Amino acid sequence: MTDAAVHAVNPDQQVRTRLSGRQICKSFGSAQVLFDVSIDLMAGEVHALLGENGAGKSTLVKILSGYHQPSSGELVLDGAPVTFHDSEAGENHGVILIHQELNLAEQLTVEENIFLGREIKRGWFLDKATMRQEAAKLLSQLQCDVDPKTRIRDLSVSDRQMVEIAKALSKKADILILDEPTAVLTGREVDILFDQIRRLRDQGVAILYISHKLDEIKAIADRVTVLRDGRHITTEPVAGLEKDDMARLMVGRDIKQMFPDRTPGHAGDVALSVRNLSVDGQVRDASFDLRRGEVLGFAGIVGAGRTALMEAIIGLRERSSGQIERNGNPVAINSLQDAKKCGIAYLTKDRKGSGLLLNMEMRPNLTLLALEKFGRVIIDRKAEEAALEAAIEAFDIRAADRKSKVGDFSGGNQQKLLLAKVMETDPEIVIIDEPTRGIDIGTKSQIYHFIGDLTNRGKSVILLSSEMPEMLGLSDRIAVMAAGCITGILEGNDRNEHEIMRHATGISGKQGVSVHE
Amino acid sequence: MNSLERTERSASSGFTIDFKALGPFLALVGLFILGTAINEAFLSGGNLANIFTRAAFIGIIAVGATFVITAGGIDLSVGSMAAFISGAMIVVMNTLVATLGAGIETVLIGVVLSIVLGVGAGAINGLVSTKGKIEAFIVTLGTMGIYRSLVTYMADGGTLSLDFEVRGVYRPVYYGDVLGIPVPVLVFFAVAVAGYVLLNMTPFGRKCFAIGSNEQVARYSAIHVDRVKTMTYVIQGLCVSLATIIYVPRLGSASSSTGVLWELEAIAAVIIGGTMLKGGYGRIWGTVVGAIMLTTIGNILNLTDAISNYLNGAVQGLIIIVAVFLQRGDWRRKKSK
Repeated sequence: MTDAAVHAVNPDQQVRTRLSGRQICKSFGSAQVLFDVSIDLMAGEVHALLGENGAGKSTLVKILSGYHQPSSGELVLDGAPVTFHDSEAGENHGVILIHQELNLAEQLTVEENIFLGREIKRGWFLDKATMRQEAAKLLSQLQCDVDPKTRIRDLSVSDRQMVEIAKALSKKADILILDEPTAVLTGREVDILFDQIRRLRDQGVAILYISHKLDEIKAIADRVTVLRDGRHITTEPVAGLEKDDMARLMVGRDIKQMFPDRTPGHAGDVALSVRNLSVDGQVRDASFDLRRGEVLGFAGIVGAGRTALMEAIIGLRERSSGQIERNGNPVAINSLQDAKKCGIAYLTKDRKGSGLLLNMEMRPNLTLLALEKFGRVIIDRKAEEAALEAAIEAFDIRAADRKSKVGDFSGGNQQKLLLAKVMETDPEIVIIDEPTRGIDIGTKSQIYHFIGDLTNRGKSVILLSSEMPEMLGLSDRIAVMAAGCITGILEGNDRNEHEIMRHATGISGKQGVSVHE
Repeated sequence: MNSLERTERSASSGFTIDFKALGPFLALVGLFILGTAINEAFLSGGNLANIFTRAAFIGIIAVGATFVITAGGIDLSVGSMAAFISGAMIVVMNTLVATLGAGIETVLIGVVLSIVLGVGAGAINGLVSTKGKIEAFIVTLGTMGIYRSLVTYMADGGTLSLDFEVRGVYRPVYYGDVLGIPVPVLVFFAVAVAGYVLLNMTPFGRKCFAIGSNEQVARYSAIHVDRVKTMTYVIQGLCVSLATIIYVPRLGSASSSTGVLWELEAIAAVIIGGTMLKGGYGRIWGTVVGAIMLTTIGNILNLTDAISNYLNGAVQGLIIIVAVFLQRGDWRRKKSK
């Protein structure tokens, strides 16, 4: 990443508090999510807000920027109490929040989005030329080579993020709040973003930067405020903190062991055997064995065909050829229902789009996949409640209110619920696609240990992950895919980052096949 | 500080009425009070029986529509389907008089035919939209036109009349009663109870909610999405056929104007009842109340001279919009600002 880890505040700049939240409390219904939280944002300073999923970071910044009203407590802007009735009021005072979920109109162009609602006009008509110029200028500042005339729907997620930032810049933000802006950015884009943040800081902008990536906070922030379970834990200069300290403050305990113990060589018989499986245009001739009690990792760059292969195994995608055996017997899996009968469960990486019903509470979500277990004619609600009780206990799901909608849950709790949902079918083989995407470190470790427990109980796990530490920390063997082919299955000492990259890029191992023949 | 005041306000929010759940019931009670105030005859047994009997047609169809809409679909063909089934029943029963006579057998065959046609028509709607991957709005718009023109064709542009003797045998199904409760009301009640159990207590109902909420999640939860969706249209067709069975003896005739706009009244009843038009949430009792409300409005307008009976549609329209507005709940938040 970037050079200096610590930035002293520009001494010429008079340090002054721009926006403060004082004793902010916030409840949604009966659930209180913030307890007496205070925070000061200073001009010319990057202030980081750190906390686990569900710690209340997003709620706090939504209050600071006017999207939510505090249940109690007050906002102070330049020394005077202020109330933002809505986000527009906040923006009029120069407080701009860039959301975690991007808010761009997909069908409009980049320039139209940047000036949406604040179009530059000449007389009664739009001054498109000036807007285009301004948009181009903003984008070039961000070293983003997107054409202002491009429609948003044609842009990559990281380009969209840059457009969002350009939009904020165009609003002359002097208190800028960024909610996990790097979640979708590549390394180079993160560097550019950080340069921009530093430039804005040096101009005297007060910046609040939300993240749970400790590296980033070390790199960009001057001070850090840690939230845990809706409470203010500490605010201190980043310079005096090591990453371990921050992790401890955030989680509230030492994470003794991130990964479960993996004793090698405890794997049993072959539980699942895939032979010469192909999917038109996506997977070619994939063969592998999965043993009882092992974690088989699947590594590869995005688009290597890992998800397509898994979806083909569980019957969600059409196979053009290939056989599947369970415990040595050929099985015909043509739908997810078949896969379920064969004891195979799949945990989607898209927990919001295809994993959980966000508008419903936990109970129907938990039992949806294994509904027949709770009664074929009439659903036994008591049994469902009992299952929910057990799942909350087993997976440590921390929901303030059981009746609240799953969509209001933090990512970590959603992921735990999704795990619980899949485990309701009592599968022998669990395919997990990106188990910890967008999840904080404490929950991650819990999920890793849970995967470890599964294998100790003789279940088999297929792990798809783009996070290298997780891949190396959990997998007994690692299959690497490139261009739709399994280029190698790494065991023992070959299980390292270097070998994985060599296989993933097709430098070594079986030659990857061109997908588009 | 003002924190005390704020807490008090948030505490009092626990006492606000849940309009989403109780709204339709409260509105119906309001209508009944209004009706009684306007004319004491409103609460007479005869008038109430009349309201519930008339509500039964739309109500039974609307129970079916609750399934379709909860699972994220829509069925515009129910009105013409009812007309077509009525026409087919009359034609077949009239033909059978020559061989079987005008007895109970003839009526039974007519009833069975109605069910077969209803289930079949529903299955066609469901299969074409799921297997053909065509939006339900378009498919049912198409079948709506097809059934409507089929009944016009069968009636040769005029009216099909049921054989007079058969009408005599069939008559009790609409005009009869059990312990003073009209038969259509009993059927309506039975359909509503069955619908409630099916939607709220069975795996099938849960799957309807899931599909209407997010089809992708349903698919990833090993639900046979196409099968469940098709079943909702079959249930809708069955409900239409039941409504038709009790409708035919009422007038003993069918024409191209039979069942016109029933689809919209059924959808209105569903929406007033609190089911979400975009799917994912449905309430059978709400639908029942919605159907009764729509009929009650017409009945009240009949009892008063204050508003012309010709404005029935306008009042109904107003009620639909107000009902949905109240259910959204936004208005309270805006007011508190």
